[in-house]
Amino acid sequence: MTDIPTASPQAYLQSLSRWRPIEIAFWLATLLPFWLFPNYLSLASQIAVAALFALSLDLILGYAGVVSLGHAAFFGIGAYTAGLFTIYVWGEVFTGLIVGCALAALVGYASSFIIARFRHLTLIMITLGLGLLLHEAANSASWLTGGSDGLQGVSVWKVAGLFKFDLYGTTAYGYALGVLFVVFLACRRLINSPFGLALRGIRENFVRMPAIGADSRAHIRKIYTISAAIAGIAGAVIAQTTQTVSLEALSFERSADVLVMLVLGGAGRLYGGLVGAAIFLIARDQFSGIAPQYWYFWIGILLVVVVMLLPNGVLGGLSKIMSRWSRT
Amino acid sequence: MSAVAHSPKDAIAGSAIALATRGLSKSFGSLVVARDIELNLPVGARYALIGPNGAGKTTLINLMTGMLAANSGHIFLGGEDITGLAPQSRVKRGLARTFQINTLFAGLNALEAVTLAVAERRGIADKFWQNIAVHKEAIEEAYDILVKLRLGDSCYQPTRELPYGRQRLLEIALALATKPKVLLLDEPAAGVPQEESGDIFEAVASLSDQLTLLFIEHDMHVVFRFASHIIVLVGGAIFAEGSPVEIAADPGVREVYLGARKHG
Repeated sequence: MTDIPTASPQAYLQSLSRWRPIEIAFWLATLLPFWLFPNYLSLASQIAVAALFALSLDLILGYAGVVSLGHAAFFGIGAYTAGLFTIYVWGEVFTGLIVGCALAALVGYASSFIIARFRHLTLIMITLGLGLLLHEAANSASWLTGGSDGLQGVSVWKVAGLFKFDLYGTTAYGYALGVLFVVFLACRRLINSPFGLALRGIRENFVRMPAIGADSRAHIRKIYTISAAIAGIAGAVIAQTTQTVSLEALSFERSADVLVMLVLGGAGRLYGGLVGAAIFLIARDQFSGIAPQYWYFWIGILLVVVVMLLPNGVLGGLSKIMSRWSRT
Repeated sequence: MSAVAHSPKDAIAGSAIALATRGLSKSFGSLVVARDIELNLPVGARYALIGPNGAGKTTLINLMTGMLAANSGHIFLGGEDITGLAPQSRVKRGLARTFQINTLFAGLNALEAVTLAVAERRGIADKFWQNIAVHKEAIEEAYDILVKLRLGDSCYQPTRELPYGRQRLLEIALALATKPKVLLLDEPAAGVPQEESGDIFEAVASLSDQLTLLFIEHDMHVVFRFASHIIVLVGGAIFAEGSPVEIAADPGVREVYLGARKHG
């Protein structure tokens, strides 16, 4: 963005989607835990899953301005579907992933017709309500979901027949990171597409969209379905890597946490959810070492401080500093 | 108020009508904001809509573009009844508007914003698997519109950083990107210093002859210079209608409007 291109407008738009060195550095850094923190690989894979989940929320919240407090619904659907598929059909991971993704997408598509009709507070309440509804449904259907005991014995096969899920979490992190990277590539492509531009249009000015002939509701239905599908993938990965599914996957807490992660990192910049997930879970890991009961206290302080000082999240603050540097 | 709508083509024989309204009415509770509005905009006409503040000028544009639902009456675009259509469907059929208060995409730059409007018109805005840069023709079309409105050199700047006058031009550029047949301009030079407002109207005047225009404007010099026809709206109803010469000579108009010297 710093250099004003003298080339054609097409070349300019092309240049916006070019990979920047910092992005490549970021992805290389995600490989470091294998060597630097081999004892923290299960935390790292939790972060990768949470990052994937936050990425799915960023598509609707950060780009289309659709606030959800019930996004765990799709995470949970993905988790339970992949878990049940593994128990009752077979343990191959990629088919489990696809089935979890597909069912979450289907439910996302069905609910998108309601979602696209509302905005603001009404929308938050509707997503919250749908999330709670699904959580209770899963709780009462204990014959299928295991209820509050959760789903046990999700024993998946080796990934691609080669890598067994081990106690140290090496395979788990490699698998979660691989899925995260592939999905991220797809999201990055989406954001730089004409559809991605339309989403930014919805975020920037909802009122203007119909005046340029845009059907915002159709756009919102579409991105909500895609977002649900990705949340489903995240849920499937957590079921496969932890080999259990607990009711917590559908809980309000998970919906709220993912929102906090995204806000901490910075919504609407694709990497915000990734960075936010890392900050949130590392902070939780460290703070719960100090006082296991009260770690949310520290998260609360962190959230308030970030929101007050950096309204666009940690990444928003960083990019502001960077652009100030490059100007002087 | 007639319950049955006559086709606007019957009303005026000869010249083709681009946009027409029949018995268009709207009230908020007891406040009537549009009273039985009958309009006929011939293809290529340059109509000015004038009237004191609160006369219902913007309301009329909101009714015609579907941003407000009328209580009764009909709107025809090129002979087709569009009364029941959603705003974006009316835009797709060729009825575009601009806003009195800038209604832009603050975080997008001008090129992105106009490319978005072009992409929506071309039906490519739902493609999520292709990079935007693949659509070279759409981007170039957007850029051409910006150059035509003399926005070419600042089209990579975020909209919120553009000078106000340029934002007013971007309002028009966004509307033009929808390739309208009829363009409704709600005070295109609102808030622009008088010496610059001429530039905006020059840009408007240089648009295609086939484009039918209706603009709201308070500055009478501008109105008399650019309009081929003037409609005077008072209290939600059409008070007078005619050529600039007729309107200027109309004693009633002089009394309620020109005499009052309302330029707000």
